[in-house]
Amino acid sequence: MRIRSALAAAAIVALAGACGSGGGGGGSSSSSSSSGEPVKINFLSLAWQKESVAANKQIVDEWNKANPNIQVTYVQGSWDNVNDQLVTQFAGGTAPDVIHNDSPALSGFAADGYLLDLKDKVPAELKSDIPQAAWDTVTFGDGKGGQGVYGVPFLQESQVIIANKKLLDASGARVPTPDDPWTWDEFSAAAKKMTKGDTFGVAWAMKSPVNKTLNLALNFGGTFFQTADGKTTVKVGPQEREVLQRIHDQLWTDKSADPAALGQGTADPLPAFYKGKFAMLPAGVFLRQQVAEQAPDGFEWVTLPGPKGTSAQQGAVSQTLSVAQDSKHPDEALKFIAYFLNGANQAKLAKGDWLLPTSQTAAADPAMTTKENGWDVATASAKNLVVAPFLKVNGFDEWKTKVATPVLQEYFGNKITLDEAAKRLVEQGNAVLERYQR
Amino acid sequence: MRRFPQYVALAAYVVFLAFPLLWLLSTALKTPQEMALADPTWIPREPTLANFADAFGEQDLVGAAARSLGVALAASLITVLISLPAAYAMARYRGLVNKIAIGWVLVSQVFPFILIIIPLFMILRDLDLVNTLPGLVVVHVTFTLPFALWMLQGYVRAVPPELEEAAAVDGATRLRSIASVVAPLLAPGVVATLLFAFISSWNEFMFALVILQNPDVMTLPLTLVRFTGPEGVARLGPLAAASLMATIPSLIFFAIIQRRLKSGLMAGAVKG
Repeated sequence: MRIRSALAAAAIVALAGACGSGGGGGGSSSSSSSSGEPVKINFLSLAWQKESVAANKQIVDEWNKANPNIQVTYVQGSWDNVNDQLVTQFAGGTAPDVIHNDSPALSGFAADGYLLDLKDKVPAELKSDIPQAAWDTVTFGDGKGGQGVYGVPFLQESQVIIANKKLLDASGARVPTPDDPWTWDEFSAAAKKMTKGDTFGVAWAMKSPVNKTLNLALNFGGTFFQTADGKTTVKVGPQEREVLQRIHDQLWTDKSADPAALGQGTADPLPAFYKGKFAMLPAGVFLRQQVAEQAPDGFEWVTLPGPKGTSAQQGAVSQTLSVAQDSKHPDEALKFIAYFLNGANQAKLAKGDWLLPTSQTAAADPAMTTKENGWDVATASAKNLVVAPFLKVNGFDEWKTKVATPVLQEYFGNKITLDEAAKRLVEQGNAVLERYQR
Repeated sequence: MRRFPQYVALAAYVVFLAFPLLWLLSTALKTPQEMALADPTWIPREPTLANFADAFGEQDLVGAAARSLGVALAASLITVLISLPAAYAMARYRGLVNKIAIGWVLVSQVFPFILIIIPLFMILRDLDLVNTLPGLVVVHVTFTLPFALWMLQGYVRAVPPELEEAAAVDGATRLRSIASVVAPLLAPGVVATLLFAFISSWNEFMFALVILQNPDVMTLPLTLVRFTGPEGVARLGPLAAASLMATIPSLIFFAIIQRRLKSGLMAGAVKG
């Protein structure tokens, strides 16, 4: 009897709670300004670092105060699930008005007609403040044979080398600068010098090897994809093989890179790095945040520019803000984006996420050029960023997951030869790409 | 003394079960520097509550927990209320319709939910239930119901029909025998089903992510994920602190309800 009455009471409380705390109806936007009520815009943000979330909220608050007629609701999402979330919400017509994402994800959504083409809509000031190389990362086919601009690029990541200063100095290797970076030969020589006893010169964290490898492959002009007669295929020629071979040599010929780090995620080698087991970590610029926050007292570290091959070019993708095609208030959404991504705000966002702003005004901000925490080197590396060649390849995601990731892991793990890796990347890769081009 | 190995095995099992929770507590009390040590320790060297301050300061954890609790309780109770009579019918009445129903329930279990998430979302949108907690309750009930039905069906089958027949001989109607004889014997099964439905709803992430868009209605799993970044990088300290706090309501719920899991009510009922 007691359990029955307890269950009944709990049911009433729970139902009342669930129903009472339900939010108001769905939909991305509600009333229009014509009724005298403010326009409401939902902004899906993927910021997750403490400083970055704070910067996002601050900018939104400032906007809401200055624009009582266009009120923005800040909604936090998560990088790992955002595309599943958007697929459903786009299909249901309830996607947020302003969407934070990264440029590789925009291609598919643009082709399906879910994103607004911003080509002729971006204010001139914002357009001219962002270099064309960054705009290229958000320019995609519209699914009808045309090209459109489906987002405003605002944060980018380059590859740098984070080094233990003590071990670097002790090795006697030349300290590279943004104007005079190491060549890959110098990088390998320095890694060899730093390999002593239990210490490895470098740790390649290759749990997700594809983007990192493909972005660096541009150092030697390696693009991995070629398009002829409208058909895209995979290619692994001498240019593509350079970086693959050099990383492999560090691991298995020079033995200056620790094979044990291969299976690790980007941040996983950090504890061993602080302990002096690794002298250098090639990583994205964002990793500096974790080093700055976690490094033990007295641990000195420096940010070095990425190595160069025939050029210092690296592939880049961008974080972006887009407007949903179904947004009821696209003009207001774009006004908000233009404010959100002005030079001063981009500097705040870049600082919060430890990434590089696309805005040239923001890049000149003293906070972006200070020597502290390697900002000067990180910001200078932005000049080498060009659109990642894989960005516009239909089927890249599947090639990356099903073909390139296991093949590169096996190759770096010394389980297959470079010829075998190249053969599989091309043959299995072309089979995947073909399905997307029928 | 003979029981010593049993106690050792039991202690080892308890440590095994408690390990994740203790590690979570240890991590929640560590500074970022200590978390990055290559030789981590169980006891934080410089314990800090900063991670808790960050977790509670940055996110509405209390509100999210209250909403999750409301949804999980509502979903689990509705699941049991619907599945209990259905399970009784499935267990006691044997016919073609029954077999089809059982088959249909089984088939529904093999659908990957990602496959139906878009149609389901459309239905909820048409019912104006997107962005509402009742909408989420409906989805959770829908997805927990088939398995709950199977669980309860097993419990109903375990109750000998002879007990109901005996009650009938004594003049009880079917409803009376269900209420007075069968229902009390099903209590452990009901509690187990309730727990299953509660945990499923409490932890559910994907549907909540898609259905709830307004920050004011977000549940706990959606709030916890905000401490994670791309490619598995996370703010471990605040995430551990928030996750630890997130386990407390479900632990309390378990503590209250687990006594009811004890069976044995039927022991000897039909011995003859």
